[in-house]
Formats: sequence, structure tokens, C-alpha cells
Amino acid sequence: MTRAELEAAVLHALGEVAPEVDAASLGRDVPLRDQVDLDSFDYLNFMAALHKTTGVDVPESDYPKLATLGGAVDYLARKIAAASG
Amino acid sequence: MIEFRMPSLGADMEAGTLVQWLKKPGDGVKRGDIIAVVDTDKGAIEIEVYTEGVLDRTAVQVGEKVPVGTVLAFIRGAAEPAQAPTPADRRISPAARKAAEELRVDLSQVEGTGPGGSVTRADVERAAPGGPAPAAPSAADRTAGMRAAIAAAMARSKREIPHLYLATTIDMSRPLAWLAAENERRSVSERLLPLALLLKVIAHAVGEVPDVNGYWIDSAFRPGPAVHIGCAIALRDGGLVAPALHDVDRKDLDTVMRELRDLIVRARAGTLRSSELSDSTMTVTNLGDLGVETAFGIIYPPQVALVGLGRVVKRPWVFDGRVEPRPVMTVSVSADHRAVDGRQAGLFLGAIERWVLRPEAV
Repeated sequence: MTRAELEAAVLHALGEVAPEVDAASLGRDVPLRDQVDLDSFDYLNFMAALHKTTGVDVPESDYPKLATLGGAVDYLARKIAAASG
Repeated sequence: MIEFRMPSLGADMEAGTLVQWLKKPGDGVKRGDIIAVVDTDKGAIEIEVYTEGVLDRTAVQVGEKVPVGTVLAFIRGAAEPAQAPTPADRRISPAARKAAEELRVDLSQVEGTGPGGSVTRADVERAAPGGPAPAAPSAADRTAGMRAAIAAAMARSKREIPHLYLATTIDMSRPLAWLAAENERRSVSERLLPLALLLKVIAHAVGEVPDVNGYWIDSAFRPGPAVHIGCAIALRDGGLVAPALHDVDRKDLDTVMRELRDLIVRARAGTLRSSELSDSTMTVTNLGDLGVETAFGIIYPPQVALVGLGRVVKRPWVFDGRVEPRPVMTVSVSADHRAVDGRQAGLFLGAIERWVLRPEAV
């Protein structure tokens, strides 16, 4: 997946748990929880949706690395590259 | 013949609008079957039946708004003879029969307005699924209705219930380490949230102090028939509901987690069941996700207790004779002082702390 595709996948997963989110207004380096109303249940569902669309199963200890949109794309790109390389 | 009435789905509900019948006259029903869908301020609620028999006849039409307690239908024992006129007993015009076939309308559900109560084509067309339907309330109407319902219930609670509040702060190092280890070996779809563990902890504590689990009705405490914990769930477009997670004490942690996820999804989609809105024997509110450290909630009448869960924060804590940073959480209980004294509420909080420190036993 390209970075653009990964970003689209992250936004799609976010939209599944928070349908009211305006993707265009999200800052790439601002914590998602400061921009979107996400509780712990939403965040778990966000991780499940990412797993479904990208195949990456994010361990709980890595959650902080996906705190921002940019961080999530970077993390997924690294994981997918490591898995394929 | 048993009268099946519009149920009260909480102290704040006065009326509901029948949206759909899911059973038709002649259908067998058993306890737990969903018989109808009713629209309320809390969304479209699936109404369950609590008896066994045969649906004899319905008494309320789709689209009608009726007060709590109104007879919706009559259910007879399997051996009792039918009392409602069947389609064969009534005069139905050939045009109406043809229309019923084309529009897939059950003639037994159609009210006849023709001569002598005969069923006309117009009656069938009105009863067709695509026919005239009640206008669905707008999101703004629903939010306003929900606010009014919450206002009524909370005002009643503060007016009638002498609340007592207690809180304790618990070292969460052990349960969080246990959860982290559990989740490390689970796939994302099987992971546990701290709330699921805490619900089980609360259910165990209720087992030790059952005085906090039940209702204050007619100037007396009525113990809850089981441990059905109402979970306060914020809705994305405003308002909240507190549907019950049933029999938390009898279910394992994975089942509680699975059912909690399902409950939250359905609460936000507006597809809860009547028993989930009427069965809670106590309520839990979790505001920790919002950064709240201590939550003292208002009891949902006629329940007698509510547990508030705060945020896990790192604080200096004396452990093994040393001061060190530890993750701690404040758990509170609001109790109805007519039914519960400070001693029982304190014992309940103590039981919560003991159980939360033994997550493997939960």
C-alpha cells in the first residue's frame, strides 16, 4: 500500500468509529484524541478496523505510536514494509 | 388471556410509538421473543415478551403513540381458543385480497373500515409497508426528547433520593499489568478493556454486599433479582442511555467484554431491547476516558446505587514502604441513604478494591 492509500485506510477506519469526523480538517501531527471524540471502546474499534483494512495487528503497547494521523501512517508503513521485506 | 402492555423502559419514559409488529396473530411466542419495535426518546427499542403462548390479536396500530401501560396485544395460552376474528371470518373484498397478495400484507393485521367492518383495497394499501407511515422524529426532536426524559429522571432522583457519596482511590498497577499481559497474547478483536474487568469486579463486590443492588419501591428496599449492571453510554449526537448488561456475575470476562461491545454498538445505533432498558439493578458511569478523575453520579430511580469510575492517573503512592509513581483510579459510589447506610457503601467500595487487586480471580 502507498502512503496515500494508508492515509485513506486510517481515515476510513476513523470514519467507521466516528462518522461525524471531517477528514479534511484533521491535523496530521495533532493527537487524534484531541480532534475526535474517541473513548477507549472507540479506540479499540479503530484498531480493529485498521487490522481489517491493512492486515496489521497493532499490539496494545504500540498504541501510543498511532496517536496522530501522521504517526499512524508511518507506523503502518513500517510494519507492512517489514512484513514484506 | 394475557394483556401485553406498553412496557416502561425506565423511570423517564411516559409513552412510545409503535413502529412495527414482528409477530402476527396466530404466531407462537415464548419468553424473550421480540414481538414489536417501539420508538422512544432512547431510539427504536425492540420489545420482548415475558410469557409463552400464542399472539391472539393486536390492539394498537403501527404509528400510534400510546402511554406506558396501554394494552398492545393479547396473548392466549396455547390451549385456549382464538378470540379474534380471523381473515376467513371477515368480509374481504376480492380487490383487497388481490392487493394483499401483491403488497404482501397480512390480512389478519388489517383493520376493516368498509361496511360491517369489511376490509377494502384502501385498508390494505394503508397497511402496506410502503404505505402511509408515521413521520420519523428528526434528530433534533429526538435529542430534545431525550434531554427532557433525562431531566425528568434526574430531577426526580435529586428531589426524592437522599444521596450519600463515598470514594476510594485504588492502586491499579496489578490489574493493569494483568490486562496488558492478557492483551499481549490476544488479537485486537479479542482484547479486553479495563471497563469489562471493572464490571466483573463490581459484580463480585455486589455478591458480598447485595444491599446496593436493587430498587427502592413503596418505601422499602427490593433486592435485585440478579446482577444486571446499567452501563451509562454517551451517544455521539448527544444524550446518553444506560442499558443493562445482564447477569454480569454469572458470565466470564470474555463474555462480558463481547456483550459490552455489542451493547455500546447497539446503543449508538438505536437498536436496544426493552429488557436492557428496564432491568438494570444498579448503574456504572465511566468518565475516565474524558479525563475526569472522580465522578459522583446521580442515581437512576428506583435503583439505589451508582458506581462512578474515574481516570487512571500516575500519582506518588506509598508501596512497600517507599514512595513511587503508581497508576491509581478513584472509584466512587452514590447510594440512596433510605436503603443503604455509609457502612454498607463503604463495605461495597472495600470489596471492589479487594477484587480489583486480584484480577486473575475475577
